[in-house]
Amino acid sequence: MPLLKLLNAVGMTLLAILIGAGSADAGLGQPSPWQLGLQQSVTPVMDNITWFHDFLLYIITAIAGFVLVLLVVVMVRFNARANPIPSRTTHNTLLEVAWTIVPIMILLVIAVPSFKLLFYQLNLPSAELTVKATGKQWYWSYTYPDNGNFEFDSLMLREADRQKIQPEPPRLLGVDNEMVVPVNKTVHVLTTGADVIHAFTVPSFGIKIDAIPGRINETWFKATREGVYYGQCSELCGKDHAFMPIAVRVVSEQAFAAWIEDAKKKFAARDPEAQTLVAAAQPSGR
Amino acid sequence: METMANAHVESHDHPHGWRRYLYSTNHKDIGTMYLVFALIGGLIGGILSIGMRLELMHPGLQFFHGAHMFNVFTTAHGLIMIFFMVMPAMIGGFGNWMIPLMIGAPDMAFPRMNNISFWLLPASFALLLISLFVEGEPGAPGVAAGWTIYAPLSTTGHPGPAVDFAILSLHLAGASSILGAINFITTIFNMRAPGMTLHKMPLFVWSQLVTVFLILLAMPVLAGAITMLLTDRNFGTTFFSPGGGGDPLLFQHLFWFFGHPEVYILIVPGFGIVSQIVATFSKKPVFGYLGMAYAMVAIGGIGFVVWAHHMYTVGMSTAAQAYFVVATMVIAVPTGVKIFSWIATMWGGSLEFKTPMLWAMGFIFLFTVGGVTGVVLANAGIDRSLQDTYYVVAHFHYVLSLGAVFTIFAGWYYWFPKMTGYMYSETIGKLHFWLTFIGVNIVFFPQHFLGLAGMPRRIADYPDAFAGWNLVSSLGSYLSGFGALMFFFGVAQAFMRKVRAADNPWGAGATTLEWTLPSPPPFHQYNELPLIK
Repeated sequence: MPLLKLLNAVGMTLLAILIGAGSADAGLGQPSPWQLGLQQSVTPVMDNITWFHDFLLYIITAIAGFVLVLLVVVMVRFNARANPIPSRTTHNTLLEVAWTIVPIMILLVIAVPSFKLLFYQLNLPSAELTVKATGKQWYWSYTYPDNGNFEFDSLMLREADRQKIQPEPPRLLGVDNEMVVPVNKTVHVLTTGADVIHAFTVPSFGIKIDAIPGRINETWFKATREGVYYGQCSELCGKDHAFMPIAVRVVSEQAFAAWIEDAKKKFAARDPEAQTLVAAAQPSGR
Repeated sequence: METMANAHVESHDHPHGWRRYLYSTNHKDIGTMYLVFALIGGLIGGILSIGMRLELMHPGLQFFHGAHMFNVFTTAHGLIMIFFMVMPAMIGGFGNWMIPLMIGAPDMAFPRMNNISFWLLPASFALLLISLFVEGEPGAPGVAAGWTIYAPLSTTGHPGPAVDFAILSLHLAGASSILGAINFITTIFNMRAPGMTLHKMPLFVWSQLVTVFLILLAMPVLAGAITMLLTDRNFGTTFFSPGGGGDPLLFQHLFWFFGHPEVYILIVPGFGIVSQIVATFSKKPVFGYLGMAYAMVAIGGIGFVVWAHHMYTVGMSTAAQAYFVVATMVIAVPTGVKIFSWIATMWGGSLEFKTPMLWAMGFIFLFTVGGVTGVVLANAGIDRSLQDTYYVVAHFHYVLSLGAVFTIFAGWYYWFPKMTGYMYSETIGKLHFWLTFIGVNIVFFPQHFLGLAGMPRRIADYPDAFAGWNLVSSLGSYLSGFGALMFFFGVAQAFMRKVRAADNPWGAGATTLEWTLPSPPPFHQYNELPLIK
């Protein structure tokens, strides 16, 4: 039917725009204005997530579109003027079996790549670097147990400070001390909470894991491009929940080694208690 | 003498003035009180949401000088819409009004317990309102922990009494629901008119039966969880405190064991309402009655074993996550059966697009959209990216604001003539529908984009890149707000016009028993039970 073909064409076009625009417009490591889709991927896990989302988007658009088409057909063919005598049909065994079995089939088709993705995320490959992220009210602390166990705090930049840096880090995402990791290495991130539940996430990496007091959680990523990648705390943790971002700088192995040497001196020298007091005294918000 | 005796008997039977309502044992009056209460709850909850959208319209903090009050608004909005709008409207309101009328019963099994079920709610709401004015987080009033009130934010994170007031509020609301559930179950099982077997009762009654069983089994778990929160906060227990050997995750498991059935409590009565309306305005019986009834039973039953899909990022084992993915996706099957059965009911029918039918058809499409984003979120692998983002907010508002709320308006317009004896204005009703339909889609569809792009939930300010869609979403909320005003205007106008409604304004398609009674029904109906063939 020409109407159906037209609707199908419109639907496919819309879908293509949505999927295409989703990745094309996405900035690297941070959201872009009017972004439609997931942030651009820089890890194999996020590649998989992005693929899976596109796959699901096709399926759910088709399902919702199908229901919409049926409703439109019903409105046109069976309104009281077009069909003054209603039928009394209340059963059709074939139909009832079909609309039970077909959704089951669709769910099975979804389940296969879904489990592949899940196991890929949760079966951690061996770590080449481990970093511990502790969620606190309202900032993150990063510890590097592989490199002498130094620890530092990562606070959101205050507006005055943020505007002094070139290039300007994005508002509400830029931090004073980024988590630095080497490119193309498997990094394990361990998380815990110091006070209430927080959550550590980097959308470009496709990771999100809660930071819970009394518990150590673990996730992993392998970033394949250098750059700075941002995330935001993803569990309501109090008044400055919106103002404790995560920033991960992915650098070459040599740059990482150099940074480690610097960091060991810079952060080991700082009195951990004074550090925490300074951090807690930071005013919130802008 | 005889006149005096009659008047005396009458006053026992049909009280007047304030006693009629405070001491009511009449399911219709109690249903009306629930509906009025729900209107007030919806108004307040809606104003809170406009406040939030005003703040989120532009980056930066414009109206809230700190994020704390914003989080208080978020929390109150959720609690009020769930406990003081949707549940009172659907279960207390339409349930109380229509169940006895539909099954041929003179009233509920326990009319006096029905009274306390209602009056517990204003008390509960009062406690929640008080919480807004006492300290929550240090130095700031109100509960700012989200409707999910996770520990330790709701314990050590809120040292002031606000959370205690919220807990007591939830205790009263929970008690109200549990007592109501006992009443409804007993009524439906025992008081159906002769000849009305369970398989002959209207699907609306089935939906209420399933819902109240969910309430009976789930609410006590919430009560347990929040009592443990109360003792952790005030009596030195450490259920949720690792320092004392406890675990914050225990709260989450307990909460969501209640929380997931709760969302089915919020929608299943709506399924029943839609079935009645679609059948009426298609002039056809519902397609596949038994499938529809047992699909609701299946949704309710399976709804008890999927709770941890709200917890995929807490650090759960692979096996557990895999199980919850499968169990959650299974629910899509009975839900799909319902959607297709409603369409099949309309297929071959003779459709009239009166206001209730518009809401019902809008629901069928928009609930499908919300449902499929639920299928996306059910997959833990992708929930990894979407948990605690606006994608989740978009999903649940589609199934709630564009799902449950649409069914509430559908039921309102459908039964308004029966309950009040007045006909509403079709023009205003349709205007209300279109303003709301367009408005809420503009609010919530762009939120899918925000979530995919990484915007977290429960934040008062956001990175500048999220500004575009947030502006659109806020503009949509103002349109929806205007739609809500149109609704209230329509209600007022119907009461002022006083156009009399027939016993059955909807024609041959309205086949349930309430349409055989006058509009409005007498104070007591079915002094003689109807005989069902």
